[in-house]
This record gives sequence, structure tokens and C-alpha cells, in this order.
Amino acid sequence: MDNELIVKLENVTKRFPAGKTEFTALSNINLTFGKGEFAGLVGPSGSGKTTLLNIIGSLDTPTEGKAIVLGKTINSLSHKEAAALRNYGIGFIFQTYNLLPVYSVYDNVEFALLLQTMGSTQRKKAVMEALDWVGLADRASSKPSTLSGGECQRVAIARAMVKRPQLVLADEPSANLDSNNSHNIVQTMKRLNKELNTTFIFSTHDQKVMQYLERVIYLKDGKVERDETGGNNHAGI
Amino acid sequence: MKKFLLKGIFNDKGRSLLPIIVVATGTMVTVLLYSWITGIMGESIEMSSNMNTGDLKVMTRLYAEDYEQLPNDLAILNADALIAELKEMEPSVEWVKRIRFGALADFPDSLGETRGQGPVAGWAIDMLTTGTKEPHRFNLEGSVIQGSLPKSPGQCLLSEDLAKKFSIGPGDSFTLFGTTMEGGFSFRNFTVSGTVRFGAAGLDRGAVIIDISDAQSAFGMESAAGEILGYLPDTWYDDDVALSIKDKFNQKYSGDTDGFAPVMMTLKEQSGMADMVEYTNYISGLMVFIFVAAMSIVLWNGGLLGGLRRYTEFGVRLALGEDKGHIYKTLLYEALMIGTIGSILGTIIGVLIVLYLNVHGVNLSGMMKNSTLLLPSIFRPAITSTIYYIGFIPGIFSMILGNGIAGLGIYKRETARLFNELEV
Ligand SMILES: Nc1ncnc2c1ncn2[C@@H]1O[C@H](COP(=O)(O)OP(=O)(O)OP(=O)(O)O)[C@@H](O)[C@H]1O
Ligand SMILES: [Mg+2]
Repeated sequence: MDNELIVKLENVTKRFPAGKTEFTALSNINLTFGKGEFAGLVGPSGSGKTTLLNIIGSLDTPTEGKAIVLGKTINSLSHKEAAALRNYGIGFIFQTYNLLPVYSVYDNVEFALLLQTMGSTQRKKAVMEALDWVGLADRASSKPSTLSGGECQRVAIARAMVKRPQLVLADEPSANLDSNNSHNIVQTMKRLNKELNTTFIFSTHDQKVMQYLERVIYLKDGKVERDETGGNNHAGI
Repeated sequence: MKKFLLKGIFNDKGRSLLPIIVVATGTMVTVLLYSWITGIMGESIEMSSNMNTGDLKVMTRLYAEDYEQLPNDLAILNADALIAELKEMEPSVEWVKRIRFGALADFPDSLGETRGQGPVAGWAIDMLTTGTKEPHRFNLEGSVIQGSLPKSPGQCLLSEDLAKKFSIGPGDSFTLFGTTMEGGFSFRNFTVSGTVRFGAAGLDRGAVIIDISDAQSAFGMESAAGEILGYLPDTWYDDDVALSIKDKFNQKYSGDTDGFAPVMMTLKEQSGMADMVEYTNYISGLMVFIFVAAMSIVLWNGGLLGGLRRYTEFGVRLALGEDKGHIYKTLLYEALMIGTIGSILGTIIGVLIVLYLNVHGVNLSGMMKNSTLLLPSIFRPAITSTIYYIGFIPGIFSMILGNGIAGLGIYKRETARLFNELEV
């Protein structure tokens, strides 16, 4: 693993207006993530995991402090610049899959590339390759409603990976899955992490996910409580 | 991307079905109303043209100053010579003599004593020359209630209502009292050959239609005519053509200072006709506007509901790197697509209905009983080139406006908020 910096958070604080006062969801977060990391944010509900992922994903901005992602300072990006950063650099995986129900599996994965300038032959190749990664090439023309939860999440992984982003953010990707599927999903991601050297940052409650993580960051009340590297890597591929 | 959006429209009935139905309905109604109004107006204009104004009207200058009073003392003296001249100038136009007059009708009893008297509005038209188109212009054949059309001088048609009022019918005689061209007193006996009803109350109250030759001799107007009307070869009045003929004719007489020199007026320049033409255009404009407004409100609400339903999609697209402006643009593009599909459907249905009604007509004589307007009783929607595109204006515009407003909510919302709502 090289030392290229993918994410750098400096004193990141996020406050939300709460009635007349303010609620501090994140306070003074200092973290860095290097290329190829497979890391997780762990903590009780309300500890700020999603808020932090949203900031890293340029969907939100810090109230104070600085977040630098793939060389871009999130605080100062325009709508368009933030969109371009997500488009080329970041893949998202959600707890609820969020596939578009009116489109086929193929269309769902292809959409991520439609926002880029890519020829249709090259695009088709990339989509089929991504579906191969997750073992769903034979379901390309199916509608999401005909897939199981685990299959849906694998399509979502293909959608996040198809543009080969440097960074993938996965917010509780296994929360809606049974034990077998959870293992399967995380193993798939770990494999891609190794093959493509993509940085993965999870948020999770799930012990099954945690055992695959190479680094676990414990959040509590919007603060980093512990940051453990290397200890939990016994289930790696 | 366009293919992606089109797939979305076709795969997601909830996104397309309601808007397409709304747009198609609105488009269809617009097409129907438009063709209907232009049909009614067009036929009214044609009826006015046939009975009163012609497409073109030639009078003496003095007559023209006061033409609504029908000042026959200022009539064209040598009408046939003028018609010959007009024919030479514009052979494609048909020129006819007319005398309009007001008179008093005196209906006698069997002893010849006056039984009743009433004012009548008189039309003297050429009914007896072989090949004359004048009876056809008045639709006399179709309007006869009792008896038949005049076949020889001295016969006339009387409006059915008047005949009833004075219990007079075909074969009966009455006397018409009027004024001669010199201002003298004139009277002439006529035999009723038939009664007519035009379905236009203004005419049916008390009209008498006599032959032009009878009028000329009764009112001392030998070889004279109050008006010469010109009819363009096309059925529909064409203002540009009429104007150019008028200008050409009036130019020719511009140097003549005589009050009896002829002057030409177009249909549109005569009383009320310009208003009617303008009114037609105004009404159709207003209608399109009302439909845009009403449909926009419906589609705005449809767009809001659709937008709520698609929050997940918008959130995902944001996360995948689409920016809000682009999402908004794709919403407008979808609106354009759906608006176009709906407009095409609505126009096809609307035009088919128009074609059907145009052949079959709709009889509104029951509704028109008390009308004082010069309106025909069987209406046909007009088939004009406009009906093929007019529906697209409210169809597409309202769809884009409605969705544009609905989409603003998405556009204004913070990216993070939109995205958070994903999780709900
Ligand atoms: N847009 C917002 N406005 C106000 N408060 C917010 C907003 N987003 C998050 N919060 C608050 O910030 C805190 C952290 O929320 P966050 O979603 O990051 O928690 P989490 O660690 O992801 O929890 P969970 O495990 O339940 O997903 C919560 O108390 C939440 O109510
Ligand atoms: Mg969360």
C-alpha cells in the first residue's frame, strides 16, 4: 500500500441548526485515509458516521475545519465541482441499495458512466466487467424488483465500482442483509479493494463487517474515540 | 442520457401516464374549441358576406358615406356598365347587383281593405336570370318553409314569421310601399310564392326578398343598383386578396371628384366585420392562454407528486455525480418529451373529431331561436392548417411550465438535504 493521501480531515466540525440553538454532530475530527485503505467508522446511532461520510463524499460541507478529498477542498467547491468530484472520483453504496426500480440492472450500472464522456462500446464493456466482478452478468436485463437483497447490493457495488473511482463510501452496506449475504458483500468489496487498490470507507454496526476491516475508527458523540489499525484483519482474503 | 430518460418515461407509467392523459386531453379540447370557434366565426362571416357585405362592395361615394341607411337615392346609376368594367378588371370575381330597401308591407283582407301593416327589410337580388348564384348564396332552396322560389317577376319570398303573423301564404298578394330614387312615393303589388326561415332571428322577423328587376321598376331605379357586390372565387374570405382588388379599383377613381363616382370597400371594412375577424383571433388566443394556465396547474401538481416519488432517484443521481442543475434540465427534457407525445396524441384525436363533425355538422337551431345575430343554425368546425399545431402550444408549454415550477423545489433544496431524504 503506498502512502498517497486520499482523504484528509483537519478539525472538521459540523453543526446543524436545532431550533434556536445548534446541534454539534461532529467536533474537531482529524483523520487521514491513504490509497487502498479498507477502513470503517463504527459507533452508536447518532454518533455522526453518516454525517462524516456525507462530508467526505462532497454531499455536505463542514461548518468548521477543512476536508480535502482527492486533492479537492470540499469547503470551497461549487455545486458543479462537487458533482464532478463525485462523478469521477467517488462511488457510493447505501444501506437501502437505492437502485432505480424502473431500469434494468444493466441500466442502473450504466447510469454511473452516462455522466462521463465515454464511447458506448467502451461503456458497454465496462458495465459488463463490473457485473462480472459481482457475479451478476447473467442478470443484466433483470429489473431490480426480481433480485434478492444481496443481489441488489451487489448491483449497487457494481454501480459504485464501474467508473473505477479512487474512493468508495459505503454507509451500513450490510444492515439490510442476512449473515451469508453480509459476508459475501464485504468479501466482494475486499476483493475489489485489493484488485483495484480502491480506498473503501464504511460505516457499520455490524460485527461481521468489522472483522474484515483493516482499520476501525470508533466515533462517539461526534468525536473520534479510538482509531485502531491492523488488529482486525484475520478474515482477509 | 436521452435514451436513459426516454426509457424512464416509457418504463415508469406513473411518470408518464397521467401527464400524457392531461396533455392529450387539453390539446384535444384546444383543437376542438379552436376549430369550433373559427368554424362559427367563419360561417358567420360567410353568411354576412353572402347576404350583406359581399367580399367586396361597390357603392357611390355618397351612398358609401351612409351605407347603413341604404340611401337608394344615391345609388349607382348605370350599374350594368360598371359591372362590365369590374368584370374586365377582375374576371375571377363574380359581381352582382343588389338593392337593399326598407318598406311598409300592407296585407289586405279578401275585400282589399288593409288587414295589417308592418315594416319589412327588403333584399332585391337576381333570382330569375338563368344560372344566377344568388338564391344559392341565401340558401333559399334550403330555407323554404311553404311554397317555392319565385319563377317570374312580381313574385316574392316572405319570412315565415311575418307571413304567420299576418296569416298570409303562398299565392296571396300584398302591397309594398316605399320611396322612389327621386324621393317620390311608390307602391307595388307582389304575390307570395313561398315563405322562408333562415334560422337567424335578425332576418326572420320581417324580411321580403324580391327580384332585382322588380325593385328597379318599383323604385324607379331602372338600370340602377344600390350596391354591387363582388365574390372572390375561394369560399373563405381572404382579406389580402380583397384589399389588393379594392386598392386597384379605388386608385382608378382617385382623380374623380364626383360624389357619384364608385368606391369599393372590403368585407372587413364594413360595419362590425373587422371586429368579428379580430374577435376570432382574440378568442383563440385567450383560449390557448386559459388552457396553458389550467393545464399548468394540474401538471405542476402532477410534477410535484412525481418529484416526491422520485426523491430516491434524484438522491442517487446526485451521489453518482450529477449536479442539481443537470437534474433540473433532464426534468424539463422529460417534460418536453411527454408534452410532445401528449400533444401528438391529443392533436390526432382532436383532428379526427373535427373531421367527423365537419362532415356531419351540429344542428344548434334549437339554441339559436332568440339570437339576433346573423348566424347559421348548423355549425361545422373549421378545418384550417392551424388545428394541426395549435394544440402543441398549450400541450408542451404547460408541461414544461408545470414541471419547471415543480422542479424548482428540488433545485432549491440543499444537496445534503436531498440526499438525507434518501434514507427515509
Ligand atoms: N440535516 C440534519 N439536520 C439536523 N440534524 C442532523 C442532520 N443530519 C444529521 N443530524 C443529526 O446529527 C447526528 C448524527 O447523525 P448521523 O446520521 O451522522 O448519525 P449516524 O452515526 O449515521 O447514526 P445511524 O447509525 O443511526 O445511522 C444525529 O443526532 C442526527 O440527528
Ligand atoms: Mg447513519
